[in-house]
Amino acid sequence: MTALTRQDIGRLLARQGILFAFVAFMVAFTLANGRFLAPDNVMGVIRSSAILGVMALGVTFVVISGNLDLSVGSMMSFSTIVVLDLHDKIGPALAIPAMFALTMCLGALIGFLVGYLRLNSLIVTLGMLSAIYGLTLTWSGGKNMDIADKAGTWFGVFGQSSVLGVPVPILMFGGLAVVLAFMLAKTPFGRKVYAVGGNGVAATFSGIPRARIVFLCYVLSSFCVATAGLMQASRSMGSQNTVGQGLELSVLAAVILGGASLMGGSGTIFKTVIGVLILGFIQNGLLLVGLQFYVQYVVTWVIIILAVWLDIAVKRGRLWSPIA
Amino acid sequence: MTAMQPALRLEGIVKTFPGVRALDGVSFDVMPGEVHALMGENGAGKSTLMKVLGGIHQPDAGRIIVNEVPVQMATPLEAKAKGIVFIHQELSLAEELSVAENIYLGELPCKSFGRVDWALLYERTNDILKRLNVGFNAKTLVGDLSIANQQMVEIARALTHDAKAVIFDEPTASLTDAEKVVLFDVIDDLKAAGVGIIYISHRMEEIFKITDRISVLRDGSYRGTLTTCDTDQDAVTHLMIGRALDLSRSAAQHELGDVAIEVRGLCCGKLFQDVHFEVRRGEVLGFYGLVGAGRTEIAETLFGLRSPSAGEILLNGQPVSIASPADAIAMGISLVPEDRKGQGLILGMNCRDNMTLPQISDLTAGPFVAEGSEIAIFDQYRDKLDIRTPGWKQQVGNLSGGNQQKIVIGKWLSMRPDILIVDEPTRGIDVGSKSEIHNLIRDLAAQGYAVIVISSEMPEVLHVSDRIVAMYSGRVMRTFAANEVTEDNLIQAISGIGGDRVA
Repeated sequence: MTALTRQDIGRLLARQGILFAFVAFMVAFTLANGRFLAPDNVMGVIRSSAILGVMALGVTFVVISGNLDLSVGSMMSFSTIVVLDLHDKIGPALAIPAMFALTMCLGALIGFLVGYLRLNSLIVTLGMLSAIYGLTLTWSGGKNMDIADKAGTWFGVFGQSSVLGVPVPILMFGGLAVVLAFMLAKTPFGRKVYAVGGNGVAATFSGIPRARIVFLCYVLSSFCVATAGLMQASRSMGSQNTVGQGLELSVLAAVILGGASLMGGSGTIFKTVIGVLILGFIQNGLLLVGLQFYVQYVVTWVIIILAVWLDIAVKRGRLWSPIA
Repeated sequence: MTAMQPALRLEGIVKTFPGVRALDGVSFDVMPGEVHALMGENGAGKSTLMKVLGGIHQPDAGRIIVNEVPVQMATPLEAKAKGIVFIHQELSLAEELSVAENIYLGELPCKSFGRVDWALLYERTNDILKRLNVGFNAKTLVGDLSIANQQMVEIARALTHDAKAVIFDEPTASLTDAEKVVLFDVIDDLKAAGVGIIYISHRMEEIFKITDRISVLRDGSYRGTLTTCDTDQDAVTHLMIGRALDLSRSAAQHELGDVAIEVRGLCCGKLFQDVHFEVRRGEVLGFYGLVGAGRTEIAETLFGLRSPSAGEILLNGQPVSIASPADAIAMGISLVPEDRKGQGLILGMNCRDNMTLPQISDLTAGPFVAEGSEIAIFDQYRDKLDIRTPGWKQQVGNLSGGNQQKIVIGKWLSMRPDILIVDEPTRGIDVGSKSEIHNLIRDLAAQGYAVIVISSEMPEVLHVSDRIVAMYSGRVMRTFAANEVTEDNLIQAISGIGGDRVA
């Protein structure tokens, strides 16, 4: 092997930079706090990443199809509040499917606006972020929602129990990740999602109904959000109206961190899961070294910028490329 | 040493990418006032060489010499400053700004307090436009101009600088014949002004009409320079592909079958009106006309991408309504679209996935894609069409233009259509692949496909078609049988002169 040139190093950094940064983080955190890699801490990180992770799975489909979904945080608040409220009114067995149906109606509305009316997904979902928040507050009357009889319901199973020592939220995240990974990588639908995001015009010229594919991606994303809402509600048995606030950015950060391009057409479920875990470990590490919780908001932004920069750098083949 | 110094000289340019030696010691020079053609098949290294000249890539070895001064260019801006100007095939103009603003973008003349000196700007611009003899003025919005006129704006921009060398990259790709004449006049003016010109094109007629010398690249290495007036197309082709090329006319040798598709009085708003034609199995029907004559729009209507405002389409004698590409595909119609990269392929996807995309819903085992069947289809058409790729995992964006086009053709042949529509089958691909694709089209007809070929290149239409529909301004001017068509009456028909209308 010849010695690495500066160009080679630049290319390697651009392609695997996130991984290097992650390893550096992990080493630094482990040195700063020995508990960082302890099994219970690792399990804790995965568990606390599960809700965000489930949402990121759905958003991965949306992003690969070439669109954005900034409404998922707000939509997660909605599904959490709705399922908690309905729990006491019609019982958990009916509340859960009703909440899924309502949440997926919101997803279908977004899918209709973006897919069939061809409105810009950034505007539509940013607007929905606000509109769904309003809907949630209207539903709850602005009050926190609590399950009255927390001891007498089986509803906590999705957030609190374990099977063979593995917490249920991790199982749900893992199970859904496997199913969606196969759906994306191995089914005709998944292939069409890549085609629509990779080159929508060419997809049309291949007889693929673009609008329907985009529509289905948003419905799928809202299904994931409903699942996340169920996990959140089940874990806490009560919730504020703002429980999902700001999650849309963390979700997007995880998806981009995993390497899905915002231009559409690339990304995988496996990479998104890696992105979710990286984000989780970094946020956990910041807490363990004694930084305030609020620092993570800044760090999330830094991570998004870093990931987007590297994504672009790989495409351009250089890290430094000012607008010429 | 001669008395005159070259405007631009390349000495032993080498550029290596991981695993590929893209340029292997390329040397040639361009004299002031010379039009120097650069030719080579796709993948021969022309684009890489242009990127080196344009400051986008840095050469690993070799020198670029402008007016006897060796130069180094780290960015496109530096290349421009050194007097090397590009006229790209894809235009880079701001459509919402005026012609004058585009030409002087970044260097608008200013008065005090940073105010733009509009009077001076328009005066300077109109001076340049006068030299180019164009029909628009400094204040026209670029977005309102035709592609040809936008190209003139790019050329005008080149003239504002003290250009030593101007490089034209496939400048006539989207020009009409009349617009080409204007372009060639401008090139003559540049010549007279002592500018060295590099002219890249696949079109032999143009090369022989306007260039002084021809340099040829093959597989990244320099194959020689010929003096245009002392050579002929065969010699150039031989240098490019290492063998001679057969472009003689080949009419159908086989029996024609039933009428596969018939179109009666088809209209689509202002795009085309009252179009009649029929195609039999085993027949190639050529569509010839100027850009904008409505040919592509007819193809898109047959493929369900546009809805006709009147008229009938009959498949095997039955009237049908085609509402979407999915409908068209189900009825056995395939369209190889005109814009390979924009409409035909998903460049970031691999070869196999691109090829099987239209039938992906049918290639399943349970809920999953049957990847084995996919690979079998890919292998079959790779062999049949002689697609040169390391394997199905290769991204199509990395293939040469000819091989990309074969992927698109394979994609649609694997649908086993009754009717194959091919729009601009060889646009922007090299001479060698061109003749392969022509032969392929003839073979398909012989196998019983009904084929419609749309082309802007007359030799191509004449070569592959059994009959030719000449279109002008959205109307069918005349349908020629093979034995009655000549270059002259075809040109007359598509220019709207003469040509009795025969439906």
